[in-house]
Amino acid sequence: MMPTGTVLLRAQGLSVGYDRPLLQGLDLQLVAGRVTTLLGPNGAGKSTVLRALTEPRLRLAGQLWQAPGLRLGHLAQAAEGQAELPLCGRELLALTGASADGLPPWLADCLDARLDRLSGGQLQYLRFWSIAAAPFDVLCLDEPGNNLDARGLAALRAWLHTPPAGQAVVLVTHDDSLVDAARQSVIRIPS
Amino acid sequence: MNIDLIFDPLFRLPFLTGLLLAVWLPVLGLYLRLRGEWLAVLGMAQLASAGALGGAVLGLPAVVGGAGAGLLAALAKWGLKRPSDSAYAAMLLLGWAAAVAVMSNHPLAEQAAGAVFDGQLYFTGGGHLAASAAVLGIGVLVLVRAHRAMLRARVHPALGPPGAATRLAFDLVAGASVGVAILSLGVMASFALAFVPAWRAFATAPSWRSALWRAMAMGLTAYVVGFALALVLDQPFGPAGVAAVLAVAALAPPWRGLRGGASRRR
Repeated sequence: MMPTGTVLLRAQGLSVGYDRPLLQGLDLQLVAGRVTTLLGPNGAGKSTVLRALTEPRLRLAGQLWQAPGLRLGHLAQAAEGQAELPLCGRELLALTGASADGLPPWLADCLDARLDRLSGGQLQYLRFWSIAAAPFDVLCLDEPGNNLDARGLAALRAWLHTPPAGQAVVLVTHDDSLVDAARQSVIRIPS
Repeated sequence: MNIDLIFDPLFRLPFLTGLLLAVWLPVLGLYLRLRGEWLAVLGMAQLASAGALGGAVLGLPAVVGGAGAGLLAALAKWGLKRPSDSAYAAMLLLGWAAAVAVMSNHPLAEQAAGAVFDGQLYFTGGGHLAASAAVLGIGVLVLVRAHRAMLRARVHPALGPPGAATRLAFDLVAGASVGVAILSLGVMASFALAFVPAWRAFATAPSWRSALWRAMAMGLTAYVVGFALALVLDQPFGPAGVAAVLAVAALAPPWRGLRGGASRRR
């Protein structure tokens, strides 16, 4: 893990998209121990920005600098691939090297259940934890509050309020309570 | 009906050959199903059967022809621009058409076709056993390295697919395994062992580790039953093996949830 305050990733004038730019001229700096929130309407390109950090084909222009050996974790918005898969929670965490220490008690009891037998909220928090508690330097969290109930959202807010010191977090959300919890750096993306 | 045949030393080598494949094919099937490629087994099997028959015409040893054709089939799969069930179905049709065309036009191929389509396990020799052990050993080594990345790509696709070398190694092992298996067990018995236990384990196992054990147990049990059945009834292994796999899968106990009741579904 990097010391708090270390710049881990810097983007200047970044344009992202597929065959044409969805978003142009984005400046972004991710710092260890800080949460950067991307806000904007649906279709503005927020999720594409997160994907573009790991997929060069989505970067159409601009410059991206990453700290040497940087490990990027990415929680995608949609939970796909868990249906009809014989995989339990404990195995999911092991796949990313995430520790179960610190999991909320209501989820720690579900670690031996198959993922497709969990509720939508339990699965979402476990997916989030499998990225958040893994040895990544930068965490790209795309709508981590999806499907979470009040208890899950409270746990997520607490985590965002004091994220791990050595990790930089970039958050995409429409949930105001998460924005407030993570209000350290906010980038507003126009439609 | 002669039950003593089961214990005849003449059949020990074929029994061992099939045993290795009956343990390995369900494991391979699990990882192919994980990647949504279960139909690829049948596509590769049909292409490999065509290649094996072509190899017989050229005078190649059966195992060399089968494994080589399986590797070529894997490369064909690897080279697909858009891997999908439709592409695997096209491989299947192409392989079947080529196999029947070769078989119909050459007496040597017609003879080899008996082994490939009926599953003449009882006529296999040391070469088949060595090839089965090789694909099992290499396959386990590949999976030890690839297992985590393959599962991670399924549940966290945003973290990226396994490396190109890993994917190619897995495809080549799958192709070679299918090529060796069809020459011993037959096309459909090989497909049944790769497809059915994995299908059942995906639906019933509480974890991936459990799925591996369940699939292997189903494959092993079905194989022993099918082997004995075919010998006692004087039938080729293929149909007896397929029937045994289906029966064992149907009788396999369902998984019960942690609290003893049927598990809740979302």
